[in-house]
Amino acid sequence: MSKILFVEDEQALQKTLGDLLRGEGYNVISAFDGETGLKMVKSEKPDLVLLDLILPKMHGFDVLKQVKEDSETQDIPLIVLTNLEGMGDVEKALELGATTYLVKANYSLDEVLAKVRKALGE
Amino acid sequence: MPLRQCPQFLFVVMGAVIIISAIFSYFAGMRYIADPQIVALGVLSLSTILFIIGYTIAQGFERLAEASRLKSEFISIVSHQLRTPITNLRWSVDMLLSGRLDHVTVSEKQMEYFHILGDNIARMNELVQDLLMVSRLEQGGLPLKPQDISLQEFVKEIAGKFQPSAQSAQVRLQFNIDSAKPHITADPSQLKIAVENLIENAIRYSGSGGNVEVYIAQKNGKVTAKVKDSGIGIPQKDQKFLFQKFFRTDNAKTHQPQGTGLGLYITKTIIKTLGGAVGFESKENKGSTFWFTLPIKP
Repeated sequence: MSKILFVEDEQALQKTLGDLLRGEGYNVISAFDGETGLKMVKSEKPDLVLLDLILPKMHGFDVLKQVKEDSETQDIPLIVLTNLEGMGDVEKALELGATTYLVKANYSLDEVLAKVRKALGE
Repeated sequence: MPLRQCPQFLFVVMGAVIIISAIFSYFAGMRYIADPQIVALGVLSLSTILFIIGYTIAQGFERLAEASRLKSEFISIVSHQLRTPITNLRWSVDMLLSGRLDHVTVSEKQMEYFHILGDNIARMNELVQDLLMVSRLEQGGLPLKPQDISLQEFVKEIAGKFQPSAQSAQVRLQFNIDSAKPHITADPSQLKIAVENLIENAIRYSGSGGNVEVYIAQKNGKVTAKVKDSGIGIPQKDQKFLFQKFFRTDNAKTHQPQGTGLGLYITKTIIKTLGGAVGFESKENKGSTFWFTLPIKP
């Protein structure tokens, strides 16, 4: 059973996507701000991280950067799951080492699930 | 903004011209007029008035430019903010429709209403997408990453993706190409949006039993892509407004209440930035042909 860390401050999204992933048999753990998210990546060593960008306490890009700088966590696949789509955001995230960049509003739950499975190599 | 249109630059040029003409008047006056000081003073005071007017105009333009920039920024911020509630709605409806929730069987009647919700969420998201695109185009901020593209393959792939939606709308979608394979230089993600808008419109406004044909041909160093439909056509009186932001013809609104009126504006702006041209021919109730040309890569 793969462990997925979902870093997202929006309660409703934590519920919908979290419920879906749990229903699919994944062990989903949640963080509601960037700082906690980063701590949990290090302590929990999940198999996959779903990361929002606009987060309280620490921006998603900083979390991403630090996850990828730490040799113990840099191999964990990380999907950026955000509604931010500013100029150069996608490029920046991929350059920093994100597996993919998804604009939440443009994806159905099933499509997100497919991306999760792909990132986990299933 | 090019230098010749920049208000500050024009203001400096105007100032220089005024100063030169004042000095010139002074020396011309010294030579030919009995009391040059009075003439020079007159010229100088008139020049000062011109100078002030010029400055005020330049300031006005700057304020307008600032207002327009703020408007685009406002649209961008609001659109981004709207995406979170849209995602919440979308994913909740997805969840309800997926049958994944325990002990919940959705009745057929309920399903109809969920589909209405789903369709309207998609509609809101489409509007937000288009608004974001427009605000990015207006801020001049589309990052151009030009690549070598074989237009034929590119358009064919896009047309292929529309095949399922054409089928479900009972529209025959065909692709015709001449033997040449012109290459162009363009940003693929932008060109994709421009082409998608044209094909999507053609299918949308053709209705069941309709035909949509996509042509690619090359001529005189340019490649032309045409999308021909057998749809409702564009009334003569509306044709000149067609590429304006938010404009929708009356028959389009009746035929297809959904639609933001931004697609063609976006397509035109993108093709223009890529150095091409866009146009169309249309007869009401007979159909329309939209085309764009792009320079072929030498």
